[in-house]
Order: sequence, then C-alpha cells, then structure tokens
Amino acid sequence: MNQRKRRRLAFAAALFIAAAGGAALVLTALRDNVLYFYSPSDVAARHIEPGVAFRIGGLVQQGSVAHGPGATVRFVVTDGKSRVPVEYTGVLPDLFHEGRGVVAAGSLDGSGEFNATEVLAKHDERYMPPEVVDALKRAGRWKEGEGTAR
Amino acid sequence: MTGEIGQLALCLSLALSLVMAIAGLAGARANSGLARDVALHAAMGLFAFVALAFGALVFAFVTSDFSVLDVAQNSHTAKPLIYKITGAWGNHEGSMLLWVFVLAVYTAAIAFARRGGAQLTSAALGVQGLLAAAFLLFILFTSDPFLRLDPPPFEGAGLNPLLQDPGLAMHPPMLYAGYVGLSAAFAYAAAALITGRADASWARAARPFMLAAWIALTLGITLGSWWAYYDLGWGGFWFWDPVENASLMPWLVATALLHSALATERTGAFRAWTLLLAIAGFSLSLIGTFLVRSGVLTSVHSFANDPERGVYILALIFAAIGGALALFAWRAPKLQGGAAFEPVSRETALLLNNLLLAAAAATVFIGTLYPLVLDSLWGIRISVGPPYFAITFAPVFAALLLLVPLGPQLSWRKADLGAAFRALSPALGVAAVAGLLVLAFAAAPALQAACACALATWVIAAGIIQISGRWRARTMSFGACASALAHAGLGVTLLGIVGATAWKSEALDVLKPGQTMQVAQYALRLDNVERVQGPNYFADRADISVQTHGRTIATIAPEKRSYPVEGQAVSDTAIRTTGYEDLYVALGDDRGGGAWVIRAYVNPLAPFIWFGGAFMALGGLASLFGRLRRSVAAASPNAALAE
Repeated sequence: MNQRKRRRLAFAAALFIAAAGGAALVLTALRDNVLYFYSPSDVAARHIEPGVAFRIGGLVQQGSVAHGPGATVRFVVTDGKSRVPVEYTGVLPDLFHEGRGVVAAGSLDGSGEFNATEVLAKHDERYMPPEVVDALKRAGRWKEGEGTAR
Repeated sequence: MTGEIGQLALCLSLALSLVMAIAGLAGARANSGLARDVALHAAMGLFAFVALAFGALVFAFVTSDFSVLDVAQNSHTAKPLIYKITGAWGNHEGSMLLWVFVLAVYTAAIAFARRGGAQLTSAALGVQGLLAAAFLLFILFTSDPFLRLDPPPFEGAGLNPLLQDPGLAMHPPMLYAGYVGLSAAFAYAAAALITGRADASWARAARPFMLAAWIALTLGITLGSWWAYYDLGWGGFWFWDPVENASLMPWLVATALLHSALATERTGAFRAWTLLLAIAGFSLSLIGTFLVRSGVLTSVHSFANDPERGVYILALIFAAIGGALALFAWRAPKLQGGAAFEPVSRETALLLNNLLLAAAAATVFIGTLYPLVLDSLWGIRISVGPPYFAITFAPVFAALLLLVPLGPQLSWRKADLGAAFRALSPALGVAAVAGLLVLAFAAAPALQAACACALATWVIAAGIIQISGRWRARTMSFGACASALAHAGLGVTLLGIVGATAWKSEALDVLKPGQTMQVAQYALRLDNVERVQGPNYFADRADISVQTHGRTIATIAPEKRSYPVEGQAVSDTAIRTTGYEDLYVALGDDRGGGAWVIRAYVNPLAPFIWFGGAFMALGGLASLFGRLRRSVAAASPNAALAE
C-alpha cells in the first residue's frame, strides 16, 4: 500500500467515525428535543403527563380571554370538540385574537391547565397555521375557504 | 398597458433563455464561434427583457394599477411610496420575478466578464439558460405576476403590515443576490464538467461570483436577523425557524466552497469535492426556495398555499440536482488528484474546515426536514426547536471556531504547528483571561458563557495578530485582510449571541402614566399614551422616560399600530442602543383605565451580532477587491510585457 492510498484510507476511516458520531448525536437530540403538536381533542383523548412539553393549537374561544393579575392572560383553546384552558404571562403576539387560530408551546400543570411559555403567531394574517387547520378538520369543524377569507 | 409589456417581456425572456441554453451548450461542444456569440448576446438580451418585466411590475405597483391581479391583492393607494415599490416583491409572484431578475443579472455578469475563456463561458451560459428557462416557465404557468383583473377594483387589499418595513427594501433583494448568485458557481462547475476541464481554472473563473454571492448571502442573513430582532412579532434575532435555516444551509456550504476552492486553485487539491460543493450550494438554495415558496412551511415568508407550485419547484430541484450529479458521476472518475500535502498543512486545515462546515450544514438540514418528512409520511406533527440545534449545531461550530485561527497561520503543503501556536500564543492568553473574567464577574449560567467568550476572544485576537504580523513583515495584502476580518467577524457575532442570550434582563409590568418599572440598570417611567395618525395606520404611542440614578437620559416611544385596510395590529418596538447594549421596549395590550402592558429587555452586546455580520461581509469585499485588481493587472498589456 503506497502512502497516498494509506492516507486516503485513514481519511475515509476518520470521515466514517465522524459521520457515525454525528448521526448518534443527531438521533439522540431528535429523540429528546422535538415538540409534539396536539389538538385539544388529542389532549382530552390521551393522558399527557404534567410537565411534558408540547405544542397545542386551535381557536381562541370567543369571550374566554381574561387579563390579570399583572401581565398574566388566561384563555381557552378549542377545536370545537374539546377545550383546554391556557395561562400565559407575557405580551401576546399582534395576531392574537378571540376566534382566531393560535399555537402555544408549554406543558400541562397538575390541574389540567396548560402553562404556555410561548404563544406563537408566526403565520400570515390571511390563513391559519396548518396545524390548526388540521386540528379543526379532524374535529370536523373546518369549512373549506374559511382561512382564506379576509 | 404595462401589464402587457411585462407579459411580453417575460415571454421574450423565456425564448432568449432557451436560445442561450442551446447556443451556449452547442458552442461549448462544437467549438463554434457563432454559437458562442449568440449565447453572449442572448445573455444581454435576457437581462434587458427581465429588467423590463421587473420594471413593469414595479411601475404597476407604484401607479396602483389594480387591473393587475397581483397589485390588487397586495397593494393599496394609501401605502407610502417606499412600500409600494418594495411591495412589488412582498408577494409570491413578485418575489419569483425578483429571483429571475437576480439570475439574469448574474448571467449578464458572466457574459460580460467572460472569465475562464470562451468555451467555459459558453457552457456556463448554457447552464444559466436552462435555469432561467425553468424558472421563467414556472412564473408564466403557475405564478404570473401580470394576470389581469376585469373589472379592476377601486382599491387594493393592502400589504401585510408586518412587511411594511424598511427591512423589505433590503433583506429579500440581498438574500436573493446570495441565493441566486450561487447559480453562477453551479453553472461554472457544470461547465467544467461538460467541457471536461475540471481543473483549477473553473474555480478561478467562478471565484468573484462565489465571493459576491457569499457577501450578499452574509448581508442578507444579517439584515434578516436584525429585522426579526427589532420586529417583535418575529421571535428574536435567530429562532431556528425553518425559513431561517433555509438561508443558513447555503451559507454554510458556500463558506465551505470558498475555502475548498482556495485549495483547488492553489494546489489542485480537493478538485472533486469543490465541484460537489458548488453543486450542493445551489441545490440548497433551490431547496430553500422550495421550503419558503411551496407553502409547506408557515411563516410570514410563505405568501400562498398552492400545492401545484410546490410540485413544480420540487421537480425542478430533482432535475437540477440529478442532472448535475449525473454529470459529476460521469466525469469525476477522470479527475486527477492534486499535489500531495503533509498532515500538518494549510490543506489539512481547509479539509477540517470543510468537514465541520458540512457536518454543521447536515445537522441543520436534518433538523429542518425531519418534521416535514414525519408529517408527510405519518402525519405526525412535531417541531424541532432550539434545544436540538444547541446539542448538534453548537458543538460542531464550536470545534470549527477553535480551529479557525490556525488555518491562516499554516503554510501550504507542509507547515509548522509549533510556529503557528507560538504566533498565536498572545491570542490564547487573551482568550483565557476573557474566559476567567467572565467566570469571576458575570452572573449565571457562567461556564457555557465563559467558554463561548473565550472562544470568541480567541478568534478575534487571532485576526488582530494575523493583520499586525502581516503589517510588520510588510506583506500586507487584501487576501490577508479578508480572512482576518471574516474570521474576526465570527468571533464578534458569537460575543453578541452570548451577551443577548446569557446576560439578557427582562421585565414585564402593567403601568399607568406616572408609574415606573425597573429593568437592569434602567428605570422606565410611562409618561403618557396617546393616539397618533400615520400615513396608512393609527397608533397608540407610549412616551417613556429612561432614567438611570434618577436622571432622565433618553425618551423612547414604542407604538402599537393598527392598519385598518388590512385589519391587523403591529407592534413597533423602541430600541435605545449604545453600540454595545440595547434597551428594547415594546408596548403590549391596553388593560383599561389607562394601564398598559409594557415589556422591556436589556440585551448586552446584542449589536455585536450584526457588527460581526458586517465584518464578515467586509472580509468578503476585501477578497473580491484584491481578486479583481489582480485580474485587471494581469489583463493589462504592461503586465504581459513585464512577464
């Protein structure tokens, strides 16, 4: 084996080890650090342990938004079938409105209330987040063309 | 009338791009001067007609021509002029036209510069012609910006207020100049494979285009990050949002390409790998375009949900990547290896740089596409957030930063590692001191922050050593400045990220006029909230006095704007910056009785994030300038005589 071949072999081995190590790292990271998305019906159907982080999405129920004390906000997320009360402390995104779609990240507390660490509204005004559309469709509460209407 | 002119210009552009593709490729194979001339002229014609079409669209937006569907859906007469102009690309159709316009600019630049000789240029133009034709077909069949609306409405539907921001004027064109600029590197790599001249000459010919694309991509990402930071709705300077990742992946690969091409040019090393990176860089640009434009992701970037468009772009991606890889597989076995190099050498450093950058890009790729795959195959909806990237991307990039200072200190072929460390020992010392200072004086979480600060200081100090060493040895060159600036920029950005995440102070309170809240060293007093009128919105504006030690040092005025046309509210944050620290204040909800929610942050070192991006871009500019000056010097008759 000449020197060039030996070097190539060493390089290939190093590459393989690096790739294997990287893949192991990525797989562990993916297993432990993804957030599942559940609709209120999912939350009602399956037993999610308190403290387990996930994302919830649906519509903000009309008349459910209550402010205070301080900067704390309470509202109810619904998909028409089930309801989950949510508590959040912070400034709500500009697109947050009663009757509109919302996605929140956080976890359940012991009493079944969802403590949101983050309320997302990274969607365009014109349509719902696809997760919410999906959740509403599964609950049979979605009318075609609803999200595109202004 | 403008609509028809634009439509006609687009059709002619399509014809010209097809002519350019055929003539360019024929000219490269048949060695026909006529075909090559046709390709060169077609490139200029393509540029002229795409520019005409783009101009027609901007004109339609500026004059609020609502008989054009795209204008009626995305504009409004009450919008300020700047947002009428920028609104032209603040929608799907217009942004695709901007994409093709940038492609035409690069194509014309290739035809104008004719780098690498007539044959290589001809083949590169042929490839650019194929790309332009594919995207023009996409525009004409799925995303025509000039569709008519009859009868025209009296008023347009307006532009998403989140996009009514100066950021829209700069961020998308700059990002596209980067994304699409990688097509030039792709075209030259494919041209090298087609002509069978896959030696160092193509890399030399494509270098200015790679640099220009990289600079633009760096600035585009930096501008986007800044926009996302000062705009409250978008989640901070970096969120690992798939759309952000879509721009980061091409940047990582383009950075690897710049380094690998350097070795290919210099010693002929990594020939096949450099070709692959040029293909991969533009492929990731295409994938980014697919992610952002197909509607598979939801964000303010995805303007419309049309599956047909997604399928078309996906087919285009498969054709481009598949074709290029097939070409590579066919030609690559004939590639000769470069000159041999020792395990301790500049080449090895560049090899490690490339491995780590490729690994970093791979972690981002997996984290971005995994949720899409899971959703489309099994319907499981998940999201991959910052914790994943903290575990995978951060260590790879930290290892890269650890090695960055060594590269420029090593010589080609065979280097002296001891000498490199001796030269860098002051940087090592400064970095250790910086880390210890952070451990001693900063608040928790200290260890991670201390390591990151030491790493950043190490990279910055090494850059200074590199420049001062060259200065003393009187061997200063643009190239030396380029790598020192770009590398130091990485360190500056890292400092900013550490400051803005580890040492951030945050306060949230409900205030009535006259009341005060405290955030870090600042006391914020709400003076009053009043209703003000903007050009196409009204706003609640809070006047807030910023006080330290009981003295008012500034007044700031965050707003909450309501856009009646679009029926949407947008927060306009107020930021008071000292250049090394930001006070960031946003106005929240009205709680009734004159009480308002106010959120305030103090972000130490945050401006460094964007200063670092500017440093990197300056480094790129220095390299580009030095390169072009050498090209001009080599082309002048005096230089030829001197040789």
